[in-house]
Amino acid sequence: MTTQESKKLWMACGVGLIWFLILLWPLLGIQPEGLEFGKTFKVFGYIAVAAVFIMFFYQIKEAGHLDAVGDPIVSAKGRFQELYEKTPRWILLSIVLGFAIVFPLVTGRYAHDVSISVLIYICLGLGLNIVVGLAGLLDLGYIAFYGVGAYTYALMSLHFGMSFWLCLPIAGVTAAVAGSIVGYPTLRMRGDYLAIVTLGFGEIVRLIFNNWMGLTNGPNGILSIPRPDIFGFELNKLWMLYYVILVIAVITIIAVYRLNFSRIGRAWEAIREDETAAELMGVNTFLLKLLAYAMGATFAGFAGAFFAARMRFVGPESFTFLESAMVLAMVVLGGMGSIPGVILGVLALVALPELFREFELYRMLVFGGTMTLMMLIRPAGIWPASRVGRRSEEAD
Amino acid sequence: MEFFIQQLINGITLGAVYALIALGYTMVYGIIQLINFAHGEFFAAGGYMGVILISYLAAQGLHPYACLGISLVLSMGYCALLAMAVEQLAYKPLRQASRLAALLSALGMSIFLQNGLMLTQGVYDKPYPTEITAGGFEWGLISVSYMQIFIVGLTAVLLVALNILVFKTRIGRAMRATSQDKVMAALVGINSNRVIATTFAIGAALAAAAGIMVGLYYGSVNYSMGFVPGIKAFAAAVLGGIGNITGALIGGLIIGMVEIFAAGYISGEYKDVFAFVILIGVLYFRPTGIMGENVDDTRV
Repeated sequence: MTTQESKKLWMACGVGLIWFLILLWPLLGIQPEGLEFGKTFKVFGYIAVAAVFIMFFYQIKEAGHLDAVGDPIVSAKGRFQELYEKTPRWILLSIVLGFAIVFPLVTGRYAHDVSISVLIYICLGLGLNIVVGLAGLLDLGYIAFYGVGAYTYALMSLHFGMSFWLCLPIAGVTAAVAGSIVGYPTLRMRGDYLAIVTLGFGEIVRLIFNNWMGLTNGPNGILSIPRPDIFGFELNKLWMLYYVILVIAVITIIAVYRLNFSRIGRAWEAIREDETAAELMGVNTFLLKLLAYAMGATFAGFAGAFFAARMRFVGPESFTFLESAMVLAMVVLGGMGSIPGVILGVLALVALPELFREFELYRMLVFGGTMTLMMLIRPAGIWPASRVGRRSEEAD
Repeated sequence: MEFFIQQLINGITLGAVYALIALGYTMVYGIIQLINFAHGEFFAAGGYMGVILISYLAAQGLHPYACLGISLVLSMGYCALLAMAVEQLAYKPLRQASRLAALLSALGMSIFLQNGLMLTQGVYDKPYPTEITAGGFEWGLISVSYMQIFIVGLTAVLLVALNILVFKTRIGRAMRATSQDKVMAALVGINSNRVIATTFAIGAALAAAAGIMVGLYYGSVNYSMGFVPGIKAFAAAVLGGIGNITGALIGGLIIGMVEIFAAGYISGEYKDVFAFVILIGVLYFRPTGIMGENVDDTRV
């Protein structure tokens, strides 16, 4: 980096900070009682110090002074990669699975609670991964299918006394039907129009949950939903429910993995890369896109049924747009189309914030900022999928 | 009949607000083909700046109308600066990236700004000093408040100003050229970065005015107030034909009318659904909207 470039960078940083101060001060400093500067400068001070520190660090790194630290890390990473590729897949998988099975036996209630949400979001993330990652259809109303699954189990079990295990496939089917209903009219559209229409559908579903008093009890939600049972034995401990969702999650992972490497999965990827070319090669794009919606919705339906059984309560507040955005962020952060990527994304966005509980208030702020930052510096995600190209329609 | 006319008046008022927000969406989409998710947040930020400034200026003993006028101008300026900052940080580096990346970046910015507002202004509704525009006319059962006249009048003024800006000035011509063909516009010497920044600033300023109007009309602002009107305004922009300024006005009025009439005659609880249904219907049957020209394959 030349002195010229360095100067330019510091200038940009300075202008950015001044701009930030101008935007921040009116929000904090103008009170009816008078103008106030202390609070603004305190917040601004933290941010400015952090920015200068990052800039400084970046410059040192660019100048190569950190190579002494960086090179061993890079080579260690390379060796780890080599080891990972050499080890048979089944050994790695059984280590992970063994850890997942032993986990609740050695941890407490709080850890069970967090790990259950992680597994629920893994199901959701992998389901959305089919739609967004494999078929390349941006869906911003995905959480609606999760809601459909949850309400299906809640209503079926309360009104007809049906067991969880019977309701689970039914919830999957109803969610798939809902997915097809949403998919059918929207699939003529592409890109961001599709995104906004799915968002609209998601909101419509939430409004129906919220307003159809006779069916869903409106904003009050449905209470005292029965827990799942096995041969009459009620699963009334949290760690028992952990195993239920673990099984569902493992089935989801296997199903998505098999789908990914099947004829259907390849057809989806062909649609993602270039829809027109795929159609010319004989892929039935309409049917396959509809199938992607239905399959994605099915997994959300399973997760939703479990969610209703675990919380023993469903209400429309659990299915807002923000939840859709969260799941989408997990998929994008981890790496679209990549199963380990999505799992990493879920861990990063569900488990990691638990470590910083005292900063709970700033969670969504950091989350939004991270989403933008990720798109700027690493749009392919933490663990990118191996087979991803560039959409031809975007190439020009 | 009185009820109908009353609803018509309310519909025009709400439609004017949607039209102002829709203009920002439509102008940005027309130039860089991006759904600016953060636009709803500019609207909310405008509403908040309005209440902050009005309360401060009123405490200094200024005349209420002066308070309102100054706050309006300053809030519009504030949101223009905010939009330019967001554009520089989150969208400009992604001009050449995939559309999905840009859209997600916009979504991230929207969540970031919404929570920034929440952290600085609190979770609860902030009351607006509505007494500035209290009162109104009444003819029998029909009533028109000063507030409604203020909203519709200000919208008209802003629209005329925007029309002059876009069709009579140099920067307006540059904007239209860039939205027609970015490469060609750059070849004839138009600085497209500056044009895009200006477009964001103008759109956000209009949204800020809408934010103050909504704050005055409903009597309070909330940090999450940008989301639903944002989507409805986007529906209005699509209905009118995205990229088209007149279309945004027509679309906004239609969405506002539909919402008010649906609430009055069909069901108040489902009033939000109708805007979404219109959005889906338009995109399905006529993706170019009412005033839209032919759009190429990638846009639809």
